[in-house]
Amino acid sequence: MLFDPSAVETARFIARQLGNGALVTLQITFFAQLIVVVMSFVIALMRLSPWRVLRWIATVYVEILRGISALVLLFYLFFILPLFGISLSPMVTGIIGLGLTFSAYGSEIVRSALSNVSRGQRDALRALDFDSITAFRRIILPQALPFMLPPMGNQLVELLKTTSLVSLITLSDLTFSGGQLITTLGQQTLIWSIVLVCYFAMAWPLSWLVKRYEQHVTSWRQGASA
Amino acid sequence: MNFDVAFAWSIVPELFQGLLVTMQVVVLGFLLAVLIGLILAIAQRKRAGSVNSLIRRLSSAYLSFFRNTPLMVQLYVLFFALPLAGITLPAISTGVIGLGLYYGSYIAESFRGAIEGVPAGQWEAARALDFDTATTWQRIVLPQALKPMLPVLGNYLIGMFKETPLLAVITIPELFQAAKQIAGMTYRYNEPYTVMALMFLAISVPTSLLFKYFERRSHV
Repeated sequence: MLFDPSAVETARFIARQLGNGALVTLQITFFAQLIVVVMSFVIALMRLSPWRVLRWIATVYVEILRGISALVLLFYLFFILPLFGISLSPMVTGIIGLGLTFSAYGSEIVRSALSNVSRGQRDALRALDFDSITAFRRIILPQALPFMLPPMGNQLVELLKTTSLVSLITLSDLTFSGGQLITTLGQQTLIWSIVLVCYFAMAWPLSWLVKRYEQHVTSWRQGASA
Repeated sequence: MNFDVAFAWSIVPELFQGLLVTMQVVVLGFLLAVLIGLILAIAQRKRAGSVNSLIRRLSSAYLSFFRNTPLMVQLYVLFFALPLAGITLPAISTGVIGLGLYYGSYIAESFRGAIEGVPAGQWEAARALDFDTATTWQRIVLPQALKPMLPVLGNYLIGMFKETPLLAVITIPELFQAAKQIAGMTYRYNEPYTVMALMFLAISVPTSLLFKYFERRSHV
């Protein structure tokens, strides 16, 4: 029975549930990415700063967050913080947890891109007496950005995939919706496969864009050096 | 809520059992991932012929699918789909296969870069000396490609170690699962999760420093 009305109804039910889940997934990805971008720059600038204390704090931040897996951090925030009187909603926990974890990796990307800007540019800045904010905004950042964006884009894809973890702290994202559908409908293999395809449909366009941009930048860089 | 040190000590042996399972799955999964990565990287090499181009297309489809979907959902599918296909494996083997398939697609990309880094002259020389394909790979290309790969592989090993809490979702009794069980039974969340986080740090930070040291030494 191909057009069994109940089958159509079931299909629509599945699509609605997964659609809602996918929206939550995209929301978390978006807000976590905001934290990632801000914290990556803050930590990278701290690591490049002339003050030893700031450098040291930033290094500890990066090493600890890279040493603990995202899931462990999420559970820690979700179960332990309330014991200290700090109660966050699952959504905020998910966004902060993923944002912090990925900012540790992101700060390394930003740092290496910033320190990639050539020595001569920095000397020229000093010679022309730029103040440090203008120098960063007008000279350093525009040159570092093409180095930064492709790995940051790949990170965004990783972030999107990693948001599936928040289903374990009761947030109704795409994976969680899949789990719920299975408790009502069964059909584990089918539902999980659909969920897998949904993630692919969200992540693949991003990966493709990153690849295109990377090709564009490399051809520009090769053109400039020729 | 205070941190009960005596209780924390008392659960260390149980968590350590979990840590052992974790390490077992990581090591086996890593070996599988390296093998899969190597096969995919070789399959990706540009060669003439319609069969070769089909292999190449299939392997890039594999790469892009596994790299654009979350490991956790892949594990769910494997866990439920393998028995449907008549393959019943213990959860640990499913975890090893899952980790291997997923990380294989990442390692393949680095292998491909490393293989492309072998100068074309080496290939030409091998051909000029009439080496067959297998010998060229074994004796000429792979030894040169593998050396710069070591720090990269180290990073993936640490990455895999940190992804293992996911294996708890398919009922593997690893470290995270052990901590969750203790928390569930005693209603104390602080100690199990803190000890678990410390165990993760105790393994991954020294490993990371070790590979950093190797990397620095190989640059000199």
